[in-house]
Amino acid sequence: MATSEIKPGSPEYERWVDPATGEYRVIEPTQTFKSITDKITRIVLTPHTPMGWFFLFSVFGALTVMLLVALTWLFLKGVGIWAITMPVAWGFAIINFVWWIGIGHAGTLISAILLLFKQQWRNSISRFAEAMTIFAVMCAGLFPLIHVGRPWLGYWLLPLPYTMTVWPQFRSPLEWDVFAVSTYATISVVFWYVGMVPDFGTMRDRAKSKVAQYFYGIISLGWRGSVKHWVRFETASLLLAGLATPLVLSVHTVISFDFAVAILPGWHTTIFPPYFVAGAIYSGFAMVLTLAIPLRKWYHLEALVTDRHIDNMGKIMLVTGFIVGYGYGMEAFMAWYSASHWEYFTFWNRAFGPMGWSYWTLITCNLAIPLTTLWVRKWRTNMTFMFIMSLIVNTGMWFERFVIIVTSLTRDYLPSSWGTYRATKWDYMTFVGTLGMFTTLFLLFVRFLPMIPMFEIRLLLPGSKIRPKAIAGNGD
Amino acid sequence: MPPREGTYGLLAEFETPGDLVRAARQSYQDGWRRMDCYSPIALEEAAEAIGFDRKRDKVPLCCLVGGLMGLCAMFLLETWINTLAYPINIAGRPLYSWPAFIVPAYEWTILWAGLSAAFCMFALNGLPSLYHPVFNAPNFRDGASVDKFFLCLESLDPKFDLIEAKKYLESFGPISVVEVEY
Repeated sequence: MATSEIKPGSPEYERWVDPATGEYRVIEPTQTFKSITDKITRIVLTPHTPMGWFFLFSVFGALTVMLLVALTWLFLKGVGIWAITMPVAWGFAIINFVWWIGIGHAGTLISAILLLFKQQWRNSISRFAEAMTIFAVMCAGLFPLIHVGRPWLGYWLLPLPYTMTVWPQFRSPLEWDVFAVSTYATISVVFWYVGMVPDFGTMRDRAKSKVAQYFYGIISLGWRGSVKHWVRFETASLLLAGLATPLVLSVHTVISFDFAVAILPGWHTTIFPPYFVAGAIYSGFAMVLTLAIPLRKWYHLEALVTDRHIDNMGKIMLVTGFIVGYGYGMEAFMAWYSASHWEYFTFWNRAFGPMGWSYWTLITCNLAIPLTTLWVRKWRTNMTFMFIMSLIVNTGMWFERFVIIVTSLTRDYLPSSWGTYRATKWDYMTFVGTLGMFTTLFLLFVRFLPMIPMFEIRLLLPGSKIRPKAIAGNGD
Repeated sequence: MPPREGTYGLLAEFETPGDLVRAARQSYQDGWRRMDCYSPIALEEAAEAIGFDRKRDKVPLCCLVGGLMGLCAMFLLETWINTLAYPINIAGRPLYSWPAFIVPAYEWTILWAGLSAAFCMFALNGLPSLYHPVFNAPNFRDGASVDKFFLCLESLDPKFDLIEAKKYLESFGPISVVEVEY
């Protein structure tokens, strides 16, 4: 990162540039073990919930209620209340499923892949990014379940010995999805929980009220910080990170197989797995920014989630955005180079057909706006700009899934079976309802659990370093 | 286990991780074995100092065994279901379609490896254990999970003598040395 933009010797330079490395600091230099513990535990343990929290909770809680209404009507009437029909049997439900699960991927990338790469700046944002993953996967998992029409028979997807002796069909990518997504949800929850146990110990010791002491005491499992426990804890964390890394790459790959294994033009392509994974990380980082920017402002966490975090996330978005751009380019190129009449038509139909507006929305939101502006460091560290950018990219990525699913399905090989697609109000209510559910869960997380991993932040402070002289003092 | 009475050990509180590691290393060299260190951060040096060898830790082995069991279980289950229990012709694909079976088997490898690593870590650490004598020390809960470092010499060590051990710990210059009751 270029520190040359700040003059050496200026107060800005003293504050933000680490003299040891010449790079921007990850957290502010004045922090100590005690100050960060106080700051993070106080957010949770205070008896005074901010009014703004109640306001947001009521707004997004109301949206969650709307989701419940939409689901109740769906269970009473069936999936006919949605716009899905032939030829578009996969409407909003699958668009939203792919969108939500993609959002989850950035959380795992931050908590697992950046841990393996020893990117210590990730420590401040890993916990709430991981929480975002879990809530996004919950929203995602809802959609295939309600899309099957009879969700109370959802357990038929699992290989369980029923009396009917009917078993799942393992040669279908849809069945692979069941295993990919359920494994992803389980491992994410385990990784998240294991990573919080030492912090729960801190919460238990800092809590003043009996209820909080019991609550955090029980969920901390009696963590007491024995150094032997710490060694095993670190080993298990690294192993979980090492396992979550191939997992996160496989999950969106498997989801892309839902499309790529089908023979539909516009779906049947080998670029899908990497292009889906990059798109997932792109939208996921956008969602992390959507959450991180208001959080750091409202809870005054600027000392812990610094400009450098936002800047780095902007850079990752820039990279993944270009990979996604390559994917779009390749789709267009292959439509011509494959010399397949149907592939060519599908691409032409996407860009200039009756739903062409959705393709150009996606190009604008995913390529035209972010990939031209994210180059500028001044803008990458401008919070308002980055917040708006994150919303734009999330919109663009939603439209990407819309384009892939709807335009390919409405016009396939046989013109006599062509159709169109227009979502109903129940589609919109379900989608907006999951946004409400996601935000509500996130608000509860922020209120009741430590949103920044204290023990990982401590490792970034000078107090955690052992001077070699101090140890060598005696005996060796 | 019947409730014990008397002294669990002596707990010395240190300001910095360096002080803790130095004291722990010296105590181990002087023949102390029943001892433990408590720290608010992962401190591998202290674990090494009291004779805990990371390489002999069983968590990675648990993870490997769990993963292999998940892999075999899922692959065999798929093979059994698709060839014997419920053979069904799907678009002429062979019943034993091993490439298609790889994906769920791969996911289950990760699932069971991850669950094994996490549960094994807690089991080897003896967690959950909501009660532990060190929590009885008046200064432990204020510091051990925030910014202080503790060394505990336990009374079960044959070298343990309350007066001598207290003097011994004080020679390291800790903030305080307190007696911990069961």
